Amino acid sequence: MSSQSGGYYLPEPSRWPIVGSIGIFLMAFGAVLTMNSVSGGWYVLLAGAAVIIYMMFGWFGTVIGESESGKYNKQVDVSFRWGMSWFIFSEVMFFACFFGALFYMRILSVPWLDDAETGTLLWNGFTAGWPVSGPGITEQFTPMGAWGLPAINTALLLSSGVTITVAHHALKSNNRAVLNWFMFFTIALGAAFLYLQAVEYSHAYHELNLTLESGAYGATFYMLTGFHGFHVTVGTLMLIVIWVRCLKGHFKPEHHFGFEGVAWYWHFVDVVWLGLFIFVYWL
Amino acid sequence: MEAVHDHDHHQPAGLMRYVTTTNHKDIGSMYLWFSFVMFLMGGVMALVIRAELFQPGLQVVQPEFFNQMTTLHGLIMVFGAIMPAFVGFANWQIPMMIGAPDMAFPRMNNWSFWLLPPAGILLAGSLLAPGGAGGVGWTLYAPLTVQQGMGMDMMIFSIHILGMSSIMGSINIVTTILNLRAPGMTMMKMPLFVWTWLITAYLLIAAMPVLAGAVTMTLTDRHFGTHFFNAAGGGDPVMYQHIFWFFGHPEVYIIAIPAFGVISEVIPTFSRKPLFGYASMVYATASIAILSFLVWAHHMYTVGMPVEAQLYYMFATMLIAVPTGVKVFNWIATMWKGSMSFETPMLFAQGFLFLFTIGGFTGLVLALTPVDIQLHDGYYVVAHFHYVMVAGALFAAFAGVYYWLPKWIGRMYDERLGKIHFWLSIIFFNVTFFVQHFLGLAGMPRRIPDYALQFADWNMVSSIGAFGFGFSQIFFLYILLKAIKSGEKAPEKPWDGATTLEWTHLPTPAPYHSFETPPNLKD
Amino acid sequence: MKVSSFLRVLAVFGLALSPGLGLAEWNLNFKPTNTILGHDIEMLHNWIMWIILGISIVVFGAMFYSILKHRKALGHKASHFHENTTVEIIWTIVPVVILIGMAIPATKVLLAARDTSAPDITIKATGYQWKWGYDYLDEGVKFYSSLSTPRDQINGLAEKGETYLLEVDRPVVVPVGKKVRILTTANDVIHSWFVPGLSVKQDAIPGFIRDTWFKAEETGTFRGQCTELCGKEHGFMPIVVEVVTEEEYKTWVAAQLAESGAPSFDANKTYTVAELVSAGEQVYNTNCVACHQPGGVGMPPTFPAIKGGKIATGPIGDHIDIILNGSKKNPMMAAWGSQLTDMDIAAVITYQRSGINDLGEAIQPGDVATARGI
Ligand code: HEA
Ligand code: HEA
Ligand code: HEC
Ligand code: CUA
Ligand SMILES: [Cu+2]
Repeated sequence: MSSQSGGYYLPEPSRWPIVGSIGIFLMAFGAVLTMNSVSGGWYVLLAGAAVIIYMMFGWFGTVIGESESGKYNKQVDVSFRWGMSWFIFSEVMFFACFFGALFYMRILSVPWLDDAETGTLLWNGFTAGWPVSGPGITEQFTPMGAWGLPAINTALLLSSGVTITVAHHALKSNNRAVLNWFMFFTIALGAAFLYLQAVEYSHAYHELNLTLESGAYGATFYMLTGFHGFHVTVGTLMLIVIWVRCLKGHFKPEHHFGFEGVAWYWHFVDVVWLGLFIFVYWL
Repeated sequence: MEAVHDHDHHQPAGLMRYVTTTNHKDIGSMYLWFSFVMFLMGGVMALVIRAELFQPGLQVVQPEFFNQMTTLHGLIMVFGAIMPAFVGFANWQIPMMIGAPDMAFPRMNNWSFWLLPPAGILLAGSLLAPGGAGGVGWTLYAPLTVQQGMGMDMMIFSIHILGMSSIMGSINIVTTILNLRAPGMTMMKMPLFVWTWLITAYLLIAAMPVLAGAVTMTLTDRHFGTHFFNAAGGGDPVMYQHIFWFFGHPEVYIIAIPAFGVISEVIPTFSRKPLFGYASMVYATASIAILSFLVWAHHMYTVGMPVEAQLYYMFATMLIAVPTGVKVFNWIATMWKGSMSFETPMLFAQGFLFLFTIGGFTGLVLALTPVDIQLHDGYYVVAHFHYVMVAGALFAAFAGVYYWLPKWIGRMYDERLGKIHFWLSIIFFNVTFFVQHFLGLAGMPRRIPDYALQFADWNMVSSIGAFGFGFSQIFFLYILLKAIKSGEKAPEKPWDGATTLEWTHLPTPAPYHSFETPPNLKD
Repeated sequence: MKVSSFLRVLAVFGLALSPGLGLAEWNLNFKPTNTILGHDIEMLHNWIMWIILGISIVVFGAMFYSILKHRKALGHKASHFHENTTVEIIWTIVPVVILIGMAIPATKVLLAARDTSAPDITIKATGYQWKWGYDYLDEGVKFYSSLSTPRDQINGLAEKGETYLLEVDRPVVVPVGKKVRILTTANDVIHSWFVPGLSVKQDAIPGFIRDTWFKAEETGTFRGQCTELCGKEHGFMPIVVEVVTEEEYKTWVAAQLAESGAPSFDANKTYTVAELVSAGEQVYNTNCVACHQPGGVGMPPTFPAIKGGKIATGPIGDHIDIILNGSKKNPMMAAWGSQLTDMDIAAVITYQRSGINDLGEAIQPGDVATARGI
C-alpha cells in the first residue's frame, strides 16, 4: 500500500469520549439505584441516557463531517472495515452465550432434573421435556408457536435483507432514487418487525401467561428475543441515520463505508433471527 | 490527502490535555498509572486478607468484609491492574514497533481508557453501598450472587463497562496491527510483542462478551425473575460456571500472553542474540489461544460432571503444556550462547522464567483430575495462580517498565535501586506464596477468614512475606518517581542489544507522534 | 506418611526463609489419608512430582548454566543461531510423551474415584447456610450438624481448643471398611463436602444430586470443611466423620432411631414462657446467631435487628410466616419450616419476642402446627 505515507487521518483531541463515559456512568449508577428501588434512580438513569444521546449526536456528527470533507483515505476506510468486522464478531459471541444457555438447559439441565436421584429425591413428579418452566414452578404457560407472528417476522426481516441489498446496489450504480426508496422500505420493514414483536410480547404476557419468570423457557425466550429486538431497534435507528444522510446526498458510489457498516450490522441481526426462529420458536 | 497535522498547537493544556487526548502515548501513560493505582488498592486489600490470616481467630475484620476483600482483590488485580497495564504497553509500543503514526481509532482509544475510571469507581464504590460489596469471590458464582445487596449490582455494571472498554481497546489494537504497519513490516517480521497482542486482542473480543452475558443473566436472576441458575426453573447453578469459565480460562491467557510478549523482547535484547524460533513462538502462542477455549471445565472438576467430560478436560488441559513448553525452551535457547548482561529488566525476565515455569508445573498438577479434586478451592490453587499472575504477569510488567522507561521519558532509572527492587520482590514473593502450596496440600480451603490451628505456622510466614512484598512495591513507586524527576538523561540507545523499531528508528525520548511518515522497511 | 522427596528439597528452601517460629505442624504434603483411593492419589501425585523434578533439573539446569557461563561480564561472545528445526521438533514431541505418561495413571485413578456403584451405605448430605444436614437413606437416620466451637474462641475471648473450627455437635458416623456413598445437594447456595483424610470432595449444588464415595480402612475421626464459598460463615461449617466398627455403628443407628421415634416435645402441651425462651435460645444460637447476632442486634442494613424489629415485635402471624416460609424480599432469610420442628420454631419465636424483646408472649408448638396447616 503506497497511499499511506503520512496520510493517515489523526483526529484532534476530542471531548466526546469523556462525555460518553460520564453518560455511561450515570446510566449504570441510575440502573443500580432503580433496580434497588432507590427513589430518584430513574432520573439518574434518564440523565445518563440523555448524555449518551448528546454524545452520539456530537461524535457521529463529527465523524460524518470528517468523512464528507474527504479526510478519510483508503487506509482509514480499511480500518473501519476491520473495526466493524471485529465488533460484529464480539456481538456474535454475546449471542452465542445466550444460545449456549438455551442449549445447556434444553439438552442438559432440564433432563438431569428428571434423572436418577436428582429426579427421585428432589423433584419427584417432574417430567422433563421442552418447552418447560421447571420443576419448582407451578404456574402454567403456553409456549409461543412458530408459525404465527414469528413466521411473519421472519419474512419481514428476510425481505429487509433483500431491500437493503437492492439499496446498496443502487448506491453503487449511483441510482439515488432507488437508493432512497429502498432504504425507506428497509426501515419500514424493521419498524414493522418491532411492532409485531411488541404485539407478540403482549400476547405472550396476557394470553399465554408466558413471562420472564416462566423458568427455563421463559428466560431464554425473552432474553434471546429481547436482546435481538434491542439490536433491531439499534439497527433501525442506524438505518434512519443513514437514510437521512442518503437524502442529504451523502455517500459516493466508491466511498460509502457508513452505509456498508450499517448493512453488515443489519445482515448480522438477520442471521441471528434465523437462529432464533429455528431454535427458539420452531424446534 | 493532507498530511498528519502538528497537533501541539491546538492541544488543551493541563488536565484537559489528558481528558481529551487522542495520542497513543498519553493514553498509554494514563493506562499505566491507572493500573498502578489499582495495583496498590488491590494490594492493600491483599494485606487486609493477609493480616486477618496472620493468626487463627478473627482479629482484624468480620467474615463478610473479609469475603468482600477477597472478591475485590481478585477483580481489581485482574481487571484493574494487570489487564490495563498491558493495554498501556500496547498503546505505547505497538505504533512505535510497527512504524505507525498512532492507533487506528485514536478517539475510541481515549474512550477505552476513560471508561475505566467509572468502572473502577463502581467497583471500589460498591464497598460503600448498603451491605457492602458482593462477598462472592471474583468468579461471582451463582446463586450466592443472587443473595447479595446493591453492591453486587454495582459490580455487575462495572464489569459491563470494563468489558466495553476491553472490547473497544482490542478492536483498536487488532485494526492497528492489521492495517497500520509500515511498508515492509510483514506479519512475520513483527516484533513478538506485537504478535502476542494481536492474539490477546482476539481472545478479548471473543471472551469478554461471554462474561457480559454471564453477569447479565445474574442480573436478571436477581431482579427480573429469570431462572437461569435456579433448578426450580429448569436452570442450573453449574451453568453459570460453564459460562464464566468459558470466559475465565481464556482470561488467564489474556493476562499471560502479553507478558510472554514482553519477555520475548527483553530476553533477546539482553542476550544480544536474536529470538530463537520466532515462527514457532508465533504458532505456539496461537495454539495456546485456540486451546484456551477448549479446556474451561478444569476449574470445575468437583461439580460432578460425567467422568467422560472430566477425562476430556484433563487431556485437553495437559496439552497446553506443550506450546507453553515450546515458549520456555525457546527463551532458554535464546539465552544459550548469548552474551548476557543482567540489568533490572533482564533480572525480572529471569525471575519470570523461573517462577512462571514453576507456576505452570503446579498448573499441570491441578490439571490431573484426581489430584485436583483434593486441591480444588484450596490454597494450592491460590499458590498456583499467584505464581503465574504475580511472578508471571506482574514481573513481566515490571520488566517492561524498566526496559522501555528510558524510551518513554528520556531518563534512566537508578540501576542499583532497580536491582534491589528485584531481589526484594523475588524473595518476599516466595516467602508469601511458596508456603501456600503446603497449606493447600494439608487441606486449607481458600476464601476463609479463619482456620484450624494446624495451618497457623505457614499462614504466619505467608503474611510476613506479603507485607514485605507490599513494601517492595512502594519502593518501586519511589524508583519510578525518582527516575521521572531526576533520573539521568538516557542515551539514545541504552540497550545495545535492542533491535526493534522504537530503538532503531526513533530518538529517545520518543517524539509525541511516533512516525509522521512511516519508515520504509522493504529492504 | 512419607513426604515426597521433591517437596522435602523445597521445604528446606521454605524453612530457610521462615523465621524460627514455634514449630507446631509444618505440613509439607497431603494430609495422611485413610482410604486406598487416597493412597492411589498420593502415589499419583508423587509420581508427577518426580517427573516435574526431572524436567526441572533439565530446564532450570540449562537456564542456570547459561546464566552462569554465557555472560557478557565473562567476555562471552554471542553466537547468532536462531533456528533449529530438529531441536524444535524434539522439544515438542518429548513433552507429549511425558504427558501421556502422566495421563495414563491419572485416568486409572479417576475412573476408580468416580465409580460410585454398589455402595453399602448411602448418605445424603445437604448443605445449608451454614451447617450440614445428613439423611441416611436406608437407615432412616436424619440430623443436622453444625459448628460447635464457641464464638468466644473465634473472637479470641477464650483459648482455642485442639480441634478449633473442626468440631461439630453431631458427627456423621459410618462403619469401617464399608463403601459409603455420599449424595450431595444444597438448600440455598453451592457448598462443597470435603474431608481430606478420606480424600473426598464433592460440590453440593442446590437442586441437583451429585455423588462421591469413600471406604475408610481404619477407625478414627476425620475432619474437613466446606470448600465452596457460601457466604459469610463459609469458614465455619465443618464436617466431622467418625469411622467406627460395624457393631458400634449398629448401636449408634439404633440409638438414633430410638431418639427420633420419641419426640422430645409434646405437641399439645402448653409450655411456659421461661421454658420456651431457654429452649429457643439454643435454637437461636445454632441457627440464627450468624446473621442476627447475639442479643438480636443484627447487622443493619444487611441483617435486620430482632431487637425492636418490625416483625419480631409485630403481629405474630407475620413472625411465624417469615420463619416458616422465608422472606419474599431477601433470599438470605431462608425458609426454616423444613429444618426446624414445631417445637424449635415455637421456642425460637418465643425467644425472639419474649427473650430478646419483652413482649412476654409464649408461642406454642401447636400454633406453629396450625400455621403450617394453612
Ligand atoms: C496467568 C494466568 C495463568 C496461567 C498462564 C495458567 C496456566 C495453567 N493453569 Fe491455571 N489458573 C489461573 C491462572 C493461570 N493459569 C487462575 C487465576 C486460576 C484460579 C482461578 C480461580 O479459581 O480463582 C487457575 C486455576 C487452574 C486450575 C483449576 C484449579 C482449581 O480450581 O481446582 C487448573 C486445573 O487444571 C489450572 C491449570 C493450568 C495449566 C495446566 C496451565 C498451563 O498453561 C501451564 C503450562 C506451563 C508449563 C507446564 C510450564 C512450562 C512447560 C515446560 C517447561 C514444558 C515441559 C513440561 C511438561 C511436559 C510437564 N489452573
Ligand atoms: C494478577 C493478579 C493478582 C495479584 C497481583 C495479586 C497479588 C497478591 N495477592 Fe492475590 N489474588 C488474585 C490475583 C492477584 N493477587 C486473585 C484472582 C485471587 C482470587 C480471589 C478470589 O478468591 O475470588 C487472589 C486471592 C488472594 C488470596 C486468597 C484469598 C482468599 O482465598 O481468601 C491471597 C491470600 O494470601 C492473596 C494474596 C495476595 C498478595 C499478598 C498479593 C501481593 O502480591 C500484593 C502486593 C501489593 C501490595 C501489598 C501493594 C503495596 C501497597 C502498600 C504496602 C500500601 C500502599 C499504601 C498506599 C495506598 C499509599 N490473593
Ligand atoms: C443467612 C442469614 C440469616 C439467617 C441464618 C437467619 N436470618 Fe432471619 N433474616 C435475614 C435477613 C436478610 C432478613 C431480612 C429479610 C427481609 O428484609 O425481608 C431476616 C429477617 C428476619 C426476621 C424479620 C426481622 C424484622 O423484624 O424485620 C425475623 C423475625 C427473622 N429473620 C428470624 C430468624 C430466625 C428465627 C432465624 C433462625 C432460625 C433466622 N432469622 C436466621 C437473614 C438471616
Ligand atoms: Cu458452605 Cu462454604
Ligand atoms: Cu484455567
